[in-house]
Amino acid sequence: MDHPLLEVKDLRTWFFTRWGVVKAVDGVSFTLEAGETLGLVGESGCGKSMTALSILRLQPRPAGRIVGGQVLLQGEDLLQMSEREMRGIRGRQISMILQDPMQSLNPVFSVGEQIAEALRIHQGLEGRTLWEQTRDLLRRVKIPSPELRLRAYPHQMSGGMRQRVVGAISLACRPAILIADEPTTSLDVTIQAQYLRLLKGLQEEMGLALIFITHDFGIVAKMCDRVAVMYAGRIVESAEVRTLFNNPRHPYTVALLNSVPRLETKIERLSSIEGQPPSLDDLPPGCPFAPRCPHARERCRQEYPPEVAVADGHRVSCWMPAEGWDG
Amino acid sequence: MAVATARVEAQAVPRRRARARRAPMVVFLTVLLVILVLPALLAPWLAPHHPLEGQLAEKLKPPVWLTGGSWQYPLGTDPLGRDILSRLIFGARVSLSVSLVAIFIGGILGTVLGLFAGYFGGWTDSLIMRAVDIAFSLPTILLGLVLAVVIGPSFRTVIVIVAFLLWARYARQVRGEVLSVKERDFVAQARIAGCSHLRIMFGHILPNVVNTLIVLATLQVGYVILLEGTLSFLGVGIPPPTPAWGLMVATGRALIVSAWWVSFFPGLAILVTVLTLNLLGDWLRDRLDPKLRQV
Repeated sequence: MDHPLLEVKDLRTWFFTRWGVVKAVDGVSFTLEAGETLGLVGESGCGKSMTALSILRLQPRPAGRIVGGQVLLQGEDLLQMSEREMRGIRGRQISMILQDPMQSLNPVFSVGEQIAEALRIHQGLEGRTLWEQTRDLLRRVKIPSPELRLRAYPHQMSGGMRQRVVGAISLACRPAILIADEPTTSLDVTIQAQYLRLLKGLQEEMGLALIFITHDFGIVAKMCDRVAVMYAGRIVESAEVRTLFNNPRHPYTVALLNSVPRLETKIERLSSIEGQPPSLDDLPPGCPFAPRCPHARERCRQEYPPEVAVADGHRVSCWMPAEGWDG
Repeated sequence: MAVATARVEAQAVPRRRARARRAPMVVFLTVLLVILVLPALLAPWLAPHHPLEGQLAEKLKPPVWLTGGSWQYPLGTDPLGRDILSRLIFGARVSLSVSLVAIFIGGILGTVLGLFAGYFGGWTDSLIMRAVDIAFSLPTILLGLVLAVVIGPSFRTVIVIVAFLLWARYARQVRGEVLSVKERDFVAQARIAGCSHLRIMFGHILPNVVNTLIVLATLQVGYVILLEGTLSFLGVGIPPPTPAWGLMVATGRALIVSAWWVSFFPGLAILVTVLTLNLLGDWLRDRLDPKLRQV
């Protein structure tokens, strides 16, 4: 089988509001192979989370609609499936963890019950088998004394442990793909490191493909094989991690990497990117980054740049490499 | 070290005192409710006389502590010679059963509609909320009178009227709660895990909304008893000769000067019951409000 595990082609998710059409995701394409970790980075509001939700067809309705593109899971287009078929995919083939562990668990049910529900829905387990599998899942996410924890309620656990429980629920049915939407943003730094290590371990153990959504380049460096940078609903650059860090070609990527302060050098002022991301309901005809780009020319403002391959596996949407201009 | 322990102890003491302050209130309320609920449950064994059979010769006897009264009829008798105490005890049954059944029916209907309205939004929401607005704007008593005349007064009629007037409150309350609960991440996670809409509504959202439902139901029992009393007083509630507190008050209306006990004791029963239930409901609301909960 030579399909990549997941192939997203020109995905577009627009929001139809009374003030206009907000193009949250506007032509996103990428592939994901089994066992691979893809990082999706960008500022808040660039469309990373909405891309993930669109893959699962959980975009907020009725305002949000997937208006174009394909999402091919092992060759089958998820966007053409019925809702019932999608319910079989969610949690079973593709799963997702959300950002806030405080809110991700239902406060009125015990942790064990919530994990068991996933097993019950997709695998129809009951009784002793269900209990044993639930306990094993807790053990797999390295929660100590799992038998006792089964009956605990979310508010009796710390944030880090809750996030592990969320991980257990997501992985209960051994999905092929796990989308992690900034899972460590609300955790302490030390807990972050532990959690990332856990995810990596689980990934290797289960052959999981991971889409890691983050705005933290440190995490990207640690966790990801490839990375895609998003801006204003589109992917502006994608490459293998090493390549992106060593040789970023899109001005936005360059600016982003420059804005991360380094410990070794003394910093007088933190560098930031001037200006604001464009409003997604009023996108300019050309490159959305042009207003803030130090290299922008007239062509950039008029026409959206095509995606070009500057090297093997390294693609950029910018007129500079497309036209051969100097940076 | 010593300072830290002292400070912790100082914090613990007011919390203990607060809890102790609440405890007698609970005891007080529970006892009262037991005095009302138990008679309702054990009426045939508690009541000294049959509530429907009166001795005309014994009519309008005063309560025991007045001249002419006796322990045979501790609270006196009504114009048909029926023992007021016994009718009061049996009346508790009527009041409580009407409230429980009506709240059950109205509550379930209102909750389900509120869940659908809040969860799905859009047309479903608009439709249901318009119905709620209409239900709220109808004049309660007038509607009760009209319905009673059309269907004819009976136990069943009263329940239908009351349930019809109650469901809207539940629907509105539940819808409001659902609107906020459905935005929480665990609902999204449930969708991600593959749960169907129904499963999420009844398995995930409803358990989070149940707290306020309990409070609402408790507060409504008092309202329903009053409502039933009013309807009976107006003659369109429980038809005689069934003892119903409101009806008993109505019976004694003309005799308020000469035989005040006929109206007074059922009126007192309504007052005590409704007050107790309201206090209990308020206490429950404070207790169950998740924002005030101290972990």
